[in-house]
Amino acid sequence: MAAMPKPKLAVWKFSSCDGCQLTLLDCEDELLAVAGAVEIAYFPEATRGVVKGPYDVSLVEGSITTAHDAERIRAVRKQSKAVITIGACATAGGIQALRNFADVAAFTAIVYARPDFISTLATSTPIAAHVPVDFELRGCPIDKRQLIEVLSAFLAGRQPVTPAHSTCVDCKLAGNVCVMVAHGTPCLGPVTHAGCGALCPTYNRGCYGCFGPMESPNAKSLSARLSALGMDERALSRVYRTFNAAAKPFADEAERHGA
Amino acid sequence: MDMVQSDERSILTRAGLDALIGTLAARGYRVVGPKLRDQAIIYDDIAGVGDLPAGWTDEQDGGHYRLEQRDDNALFGYAVGPHSWKKYLHPPRLQLWSAKREETGFSISHEPETIPPFAFIGVRACEIQAIAIQDRVFLEGPHVDPHYQVRRAGAFIVAVNCGKAGGTCFCVSMGTGPCAKSGFDIALTELLPGTSEPIYVAEAGSEKGAEILSSLPGRAAQPAEIEAAEAVVTHTAAAMGRSLETAGIRDLLMSNLNHPRWDDVAERCLACANCTMVCPTCFCTSVEDASDLSGEEASRSRRWDSCFTMDFSFIHGGSVRASTKSRYRQWMTHKLATWIDQFDTSGCVGCGRCITWCPVGIDLTEEARAIRDAPAQEAKP
Repeated sequence: MAAMPKPKLAVWKFSSCDGCQLTLLDCEDELLAVAGAVEIAYFPEATRGVVKGPYDVSLVEGSITTAHDAERIRAVRKQSKAVITIGACATAGGIQALRNFADVAAFTAIVYARPDFISTLATSTPIAAHVPVDFELRGCPIDKRQLIEVLSAFLAGRQPVTPAHSTCVDCKLAGNVCVMVAHGTPCLGPVTHAGCGALCPTYNRGCYGCFGPMESPNAKSLSARLSALGMDERALSRVYRTFNAAAKPFADEAERHGA
Repeated sequence: MDMVQSDERSILTRAGLDALIGTLAARGYRVVGPKLRDQAIIYDDIAGVGDLPAGWTDEQDGGHYRLEQRDDNALFGYAVGPHSWKKYLHPPRLQLWSAKREETGFSISHEPETIPPFAFIGVRACEIQAIAIQDRVFLEGPHVDPHYQVRRAGAFIVAVNCGKAGGTCFCVSMGTGPCAKSGFDIALTELLPGTSEPIYVAEAGSEKGAEILSSLPGRAAQPAEIEAAEAVVTHTAAAMGRSLETAGIRDLLMSNLNHPRWDDVAERCLACANCTMVCPTCFCTSVEDASDLSGEEASRSRRWDSCFTMDFSFIHGGSVRASTKSRYRQWMTHKLATWIDQFDTSGCVGCGRCITWCPVGIDLTEEARAIRDAPAQEAKP
């Protein structure tokens, strides 16, 4: 059998911190295997070499915050067979989606000496709000084992195993003691999409919700418990307003508490 | 397990208990027991009595667990914690087989597992019943689960009769405790005679147990000590934190499938699956396939799953139980009602873990009571 050409991989950045695409470089042990399985055709964070499109798979990091980005993502979509969005910015608008609940013109007036130089949209939106997306990988940042899993699944033509159940399931599989029940530590685990392997609770911290809402979140009920544990309304409005602030179940719950 | 026809009881001291752990380890058992970790009493490998949580107890309520210091040196002065023996007999994650690509086709390897036999120290009566229930599920049906079988086969069980009822315990209602009647190799009752060190009234429940017990440093129990041991469990039985009326519960729940209480509990339920993960009888798993980047190796694993996840009931077209209401109802009616049809026993042993470890403190005894107190007038289909 003649050697099949390797699938061409491109990595694109929109409004983001680069942490998710760096997860690909952070795959130290698996990096050679990645390079062996795909042709890294466009990845400015790793190499200046550019292989022209079209691409078999595009990993897209970041949210859409400018009119230019809104155009650019369409061009990326056009030259990509599969688009996989990676991270909270690309899948939910990221922490910069806090602007969605505020006045961007007022922000730019305070922050920049020449706000008239700033050309930005009033909102930060996920990639899927602009173009069809084949798969969304959650996290702030994404989990490197999950990234390898998604790439492996893509290469094998199978569904990736990235369950949308609560972080509690992963916490219990790991044998952790529940930080909320046993320590009274506020934790977003019950409403948060699994994927990090319950990283924070494993180190006796509450979950911060980096992976966004789980499949059927009941934030209202969790908030009642968090309130009983001592969180006031202001804290409750803010706890859902982080990396996935614009994800609807979190946005709605923050609003219910006066955000 | 063969029962030894003997009413003999012996007395072990703390040193005798240490000798028991040492003997089991020397005979090749992997000795597992209660240990302090992260402000809870969990199950882990132990090397001797020094690893046991001496002088600790727990305070438990719906969604609430706190360790507290006792004013004695009791080694078993607490109720059950977040772990159960299920994590050893039915591991949370397990690779079933792996495959390697070869020049022509592929080869599958699923080596028979070699697992050193477990010795469980401090198994409570409700937990013995939970193991018996999982035995029925995994070993006594038409399809024997080889992974459970190999772990269960050589397990040596050292039971401890409960000296303290937890705040969410209701084993008396379920008829499963607090005194272990069978299903153990050795059963211990901890006596706390005033200011002195605790002693243990020991009873053999199998020939193997009797043989090991006779090899340990100890003495015959006095009638007063046997009486004191009986008083311990009587006292515990009278101090249950919760109760559940089980009379006719199957028909009660199955004739109230549209009771408004299911909507009420769905308002509170997080569908986080914690109750099913901590339940010592919940046995459901999901099978997951993995392949590596090169496409050279693949594997199939299983992991604990839960009727509270959407994937669990996902079929062509979507999840059958899309609402939290339908998932909670599925869990509770299976546990307390249809389990009886399926396995001839309740799926609940009254350990209270689902109550304690529910982040929002949902209490199935309370949910069942609400339905019993106001059953809906429902026409039978």
